[in-house]
Amino acid sequence: MTTTTDPNFPITGRTGSSGGTGISAIAEVEPPPLSLSQLTWRRFRRHRMAIFGTIMLILLIAYTFGGALIISEDYANFTDMGLRLNGPSIAHPFGTDTVGRDILARTIYGGEISLLIGLTAAFVEVLVGILIGSMAGYYGGWIDSILMRFTEAMLNIPQIFLLIVISKFFGNLMPDISFLGRTYSGSVVVIILIIGLTSWPYLARIVRAEFLSIKEREFILAARATGTRTREIIFRHILPNCIAPIVVSATLGVASAITLEAYISFLGLGVRPPTATWGNMLEGAYNYLESAYWLWLFPGLLIVLIVLSINFLGDGLRDALDPRSRTV
Amino acid sequence: MTRYIIRRILQAIPLLFIISCVLFILMNKAVDPIATMGGRTVTRAADRERLTRQLGLDKPLYMQYVYWLVGNDWTNTDMDGDGVAETPGIRHGVLRGDFGTSLVNRGTPVLQVIWERLPNTILLMVTAEFVIIVGALLVGIYSALRQYSLMDNIVTGISFVGYSMPIFFIALASMYIFSVNFKRWGLPSLPTVGMFDPKVGETWGQVAIHMVLPVFSISFISFAAYSRYIRSTMLEVLNQDYIRTAKSKGLPRREVVFVHALKNAALPIVTIVGLDLPLLLGGAVVTERIFAWPGMGRLFLDHVERGDTPVVMGILMLIAVAVVVFQIITDVTYAWLDPRIRYE
Repeated sequence: MTTTTDPNFPITGRTGSSGGTGISAIAEVEPPPLSLSQLTWRRFRRHRMAIFGTIMLILLIAYTFGGALIISEDYANFTDMGLRLNGPSIAHPFGTDTVGRDILARTIYGGEISLLIGLTAAFVEVLVGILIGSMAGYYGGWIDSILMRFTEAMLNIPQIFLLIVISKFFGNLMPDISFLGRTYSGSVVVIILIIGLTSWPYLARIVRAEFLSIKEREFILAARATGTRTREIIFRHILPNCIAPIVVSATLGVASAITLEAYISFLGLGVRPPTATWGNMLEGAYNYLESAYWLWLFPGLLIVLIVLSINFLGDGLRDALDPRSRTV
Repeated sequence: MTRYIIRRILQAIPLLFIISCVLFILMNKAVDPIATMGGRTVTRAADRERLTRQLGLDKPLYMQYVYWLVGNDWTNTDMDGDGVAETPGIRHGVLRGDFGTSLVNRGTPVLQVIWERLPNTILLMVTAEFVIIVGALLVGIYSALRQYSLMDNIVTGISFVGYSMPIFFIALASMYIFSVNFKRWGLPSLPTVGMFDPKVGETWGQVAIHMVLPVFSISFISFAAYSRYIRSTMLEVLNQDYIRTAKSKGLPRREVVFVHALKNAALPIVTIVGLDLPLLLGGAVVTERIFAWPGMGRLFLDHVERGDTPVVMGILMLIAVAVVVFQIITDVTYAWLDPRIRYE
């Protein structure tokens, strides 16, 4: 066990390593047993990359949401053809784009939308993944067969192709939405849904595998014997026991949703203007490769930074939540 | 073994059937070929009706699927709209190798349209995969032998960055550095678009020099994951007893690493290569778009843009088949290479 070899870690009776004469001496100073979150935090904070990722993520969130307090959205969408394709300067630190909008302001508002898409798409993914994975794993039999064949079918089509086809034809389906005094392009909702609804197969397979092993344990047999309802067995007894891999893949799902949004927006099929995202700011930037590097450099760097920090965070969470599983 | 292969192939058939159903329903709901008609606008109501009949879109969904799957040459269709089915069908269906005809390139068979582009994509992908494997092997072995050295840490850092980087960013950055700036500084610059310079023609040298940047971009992204993988399998193998035995026999270090360790560590790589290859076939959508590489990814984008259902269906099915086939090949190869694994 890793816990006993680590000097920072108090040896408690729970680790099961204190055999023989030491028991009474240790029992006197034994602190109360650590909860799962405390244990996780202890392991997490030793993971330097994960801490680095977390700090960077907090800074990026502060950048987007703090910046929105200083710079108004009207300014981010304000076009001035006289200022088109101006390089970085004092007035416009990141330069201006092809219609003279300030890129700094657009990265702030674009970042909010990119984060929003990442989080909600991952939420949809987790919801569907848990639902399908738990049904297949718990019930087995023909339900499992049907659901898993469908999952495999989804896995065998590269996701980017599905996204391109669906977003091409449903991207304009939704009208613009007003929410909290701001107007969002309806394509944001469509993009969230299609990313979420095409990402769940991996998660569903993980959840199913966990369910298959946990449902054979004795405490489930006990729960069933005492007449616990099926719904309660699934959601109260089995699901909390497979929370670790779900948390990890949900975290990594946020990163991959942000990347996927950037990909399809880059191809011009994602979120429609005027709503900015880091992805659609890059659309068409390669036409100005020779003349305007600032068009792609700043949004691109921000995407790399946020995906990198979320990946570090996810990696740290994986090690912290489940020390047995080593990453490759 | 033969029985295992046969069983896997039999399992693949219903899987492909489900995939084709999912895709067919999706395409049917999402795409209206009449609306774009391969880029030509159809405005008159009578024309729309006639085209709908000609493309068989007036039939119920399941009939359209049956026609797509097995063709319609066994039945008559009503082409002139008088309610009498008089024209014999001419489609042979996917099962007999007929994916229909492209709407954009009027009447060209889908397979021919794809076939013209496929070799370009394969050329790009196989080269990239080769670069990835060779590079990842070198770096992975080095990092495993010198674990936690400065070089190992740098490579680990770079691989995380590469893994997190969207391909368009590295593509744009490399274009900016190696083409735009090199030209500005008067250095020999690399071409950024297309497969060859039209003024020179399609020679090997031209294709090779145009491939440098796309291959670099694709490799940089995937290289990270591969080298991490090789590093971890090498580390695992190097701790095995038979490596200690080989060392204590007094074998040269080079032989221990490259013969005893690498052979065993390379086994799992077969798996990721086998599973990645078909994805690379299509995964180049963005790369091909940026570098204007005339491959299948760009073909796909162009034809999605214009609602060319038969070609889009053809490409998607081709990739699905490639994924399934490569999965079987990977599993079989793995079992053949690793005698510890036995499928009954």
